Amino acid sequence: MKNIFTVAPSPHVHSNDSTQKIMYRVVYAMLPLLAWSVFVFGLDALRVTLIAVVASLAFEYLIQKFLLKVKPTITDGSALITGILLSFNVPSNLPWWIIIIGALAAIGIAKLSFGGLGGNIFNPALVGRVFLLISFPVQMTSWPVNIKSGIDAVTAATPLGIIKESTSIADALNSLPSITDMLIGNTGGSLGEISAILIILGGLYMLWKKVITWHIPVAVIATVAIIASIFWLINPDVYINPAYQVLSGGLMLGAVFMATDMVTSPMTPKGQIIFGVGIGLITISIRMFGAYPEGISFAILIMNAFTPLINNYVKPKRFGGK
Amino acid sequence: MLKTFNLGGVHPPENKLSADKKIENLPLPKTVFIPVAQHIGAPASPVVKRGDEVKVGQVIAQSSGFVSTNIHSSVSGKVKKVDVSADSSGYSKQGIFIDVAGDEWLEEIDRTEELVKEFNLDGSEIVKKIQEAGIVGLGGATFPTHVKLVPPKGMKAEVLLLNGVECEPYLTSDHRLMLEKADEIMVGIQLLMKSLQVNKAVIGIENNKPDAIQLLTEKAKNYQGVSVVALKVQYPQGGEKQLINAVTGKEVPSGALPIAVGAVVSNVGTAFAVYEAVQKNKPLFERVVTVTGKGVSKPSNFRVRVGTATSELVEAAGGLPENTGKVISGGPMMGRAIPSLDVPVTKGTSGILLMQEEESKRGEVLNCIRCARCVSVCPMGLEPYLLMTLGEKNIFDRAEDERVMDCIECGSCSFTCPSHRPLLDYIRYGKGKVGQIIRSRK
Ligand code: SF4
Ligand code: SF4
Repeated sequence: MKNIFTVAPSPHVHSNDSTQKIMYRVVYAMLPLLAWSVFVFGLDALRVTLIAVVASLAFEYLIQKFLLKVKPTITDGSALITGILLSFNVPSNLPWWIIIIGALAAIGIAKLSFGGLGGNIFNPALVGRVFLLISFPVQMTSWPVNIKSGIDAVTAATPLGIIKESTSIADALNSLPSITDMLIGNTGGSLGEISAILIILGGLYMLWKKVITWHIPVAVIATVAIIASIFWLINPDVYINPAYQVLSGGLMLGAVFMATDMVTSPMTPKGQIIFGVGIGLITISIRMFGAYPEGISFAILIMNAFTPLINNYVKPKRFGGK
Repeated sequence: MLKTFNLGGVHPPENKLSADKKIENLPLPKTVFIPVAQHIGAPASPVVKRGDEVKVGQVIAQSSGFVSTNIHSSVSGKVKKVDVSADSSGYSKQGIFIDVAGDEWLEEIDRTEELVKEFNLDGSEIVKKIQEAGIVGLGGATFPTHVKLVPPKGMKAEVLLLNGVECEPYLTSDHRLMLEKADEIMVGIQLLMKSLQVNKAVIGIENNKPDAIQLLTEKAKNYQGVSVVALKVQYPQGGEKQLINAVTGKEVPSGALPIAVGAVVSNVGTAFAVYEAVQKNKPLFERVVTVTGKGVSKPSNFRVRVGTATSELVEAAGGLPENTGKVISGGPMMGRAIPSLDVPVTKGTSGILLMQEEESKRGEVLNCIRCARCVSVCPMGLEPYLLMTLGEKNIFDRAEDERVMDCIECGSCSFTCPSHRPLLDYIRYGKGKVGQIIRSRK
């Protein structure tokens, strides 16, 4: 009997997990946030997300097919994530053409010019956001009124904006939404950043599905909380309650969904903690001492740049010691 | 909390299809091809020639050094030729072809089923018998057992660990042996303990074999110094270093042998072979082989004479399923894909796994998404994605610094990579090159 069979080196079985499945798990984790943003900001929110997603997918397809002449990878889910995340980081009344420019910056500059998925150093959605923030500062920071909440009908500012612009903490506290409102997401802000509870829920789902590990989100949030608490304890008249620092702005969204982007964050648990602490430190410094009210996007991008270095020096625990 | 090893690990679907199938004797084949290299070390040198009459258990190729073993005839009959043919590596290897006639065993072999418990040999006499019987590690590593039993100067074994883990999916030969030959294994362990001069032996068994754990725990009460630990199901627990870590908590240092932490590891199948060799004068010429696979109509455990063609086993298990795409000698994680069913069973063949066409294809290779899954599953604490890149780019000095030589080739990294990256392929290549560089330094 002569048979010729497939011959390949071991292993001969595979876990059946795939890059695509992992990416879609991230998408599922973001869906409740999307739904909430539509609930809070109306169909405008959906409009922003749809434009961002379609533009991201289209740029990925067109650039890969016609410019790079490689097989388009739009089905792997990563451009979809970039689109959704980009929309989560902008106000719901952003003009359509600005969103498209953001998608081009994210996909074209941050992702494909570095070799596509896996090759990029910086989180594409964040590059898109920062690009827009610098190019269109006015449109990017004029927040729509929360259509749902009566309290918020008068204020179109984000909690962080209020803190930055108020003359004193007492003054700020008067106009700030309550902690409960911030947990639920009854405030102004970018699409995806307003509901802390839904962000945590998405994070827990990703933890359960082993898309992320706890190290980065916990390190980022703990660092911000600890530093903010120290300042607040020293002088509560000048520095805001740490709960506001943790729950406001893109901190939760950034810590859970963007700092954890596997492509641009370190490989080992120890490296991830260093990375997270770095993001926390930079974020709080920008918020307290910088010109922008919000610092998480810059912080993540800065730490993205350190990721190769961290990977180089922070090695996993080797079996059998040194 | 069940014990397990400290770093990494995966849990592939177990698929132990033949776990409740009793060991059956495979009918004698008409011819056998017995390779002279069935172990790690120097091939044995043939001592028979064409036309010679041989009996079962007769030495047909002699050990050619300390790290080498004797090869015995597994059948009686006439030597047809001494020639080359493909073994499980796919390469042509020297071996002895024998036409089978009858089943005549050497007289000194005790063929009864009776348990022989007593022995009064001393350690070195036991080692000598093991060496003469051609015993090698039956878990698949095929390292000559007598070499392990003589620790290097200045080192002393403290504990004997028995590998009853069988962490490879599908394989059940050790499991069956533990259930059916528990007392024989215990006596074999006593013999190994005596030869190593240790008074402690621990059998590690994964928790997916509760019947074996229960039976051996019961039996161990009658044997001084032997105990059983149940281990959490986790691949690659059967790796020597992983088993030592799971049972004793110690880590064998990088580049060192288990004896560096006072441990010697042996497979339960090997312990059984030791029993047969010492108490029954029976050299190693047959072993238990699992024949299995999703399309196999009768997944089985067979007692097979060494040299029997794979095709005979496949026939006995219900024939070759139509859509077979790949045939593995061993388990799916570390086994070898063999090119044809002519390949013979050797001392290291723990199973034959028939994979269906659709299971045999590798997924499309995509970019590394830096998900770190390969890093977190590596039981040696390596960074497979990095080692692969270093292999691809031929950067061997860095690969050595990143401890490529520590890789045990367990395949957990390739198994787990969502982008289907051929991590282990490139790591093996890197290991080969770095190995050459290290040897050339000496
Ligand atoms: S598992 Fe695969 S995709 Fe993930 S880091 Fe390792 S090589 Fe890259
Ligand atoms: S094959 Fe080597 S590198 Fe891959 S997981 Fe196993 S030990 Fe680690």
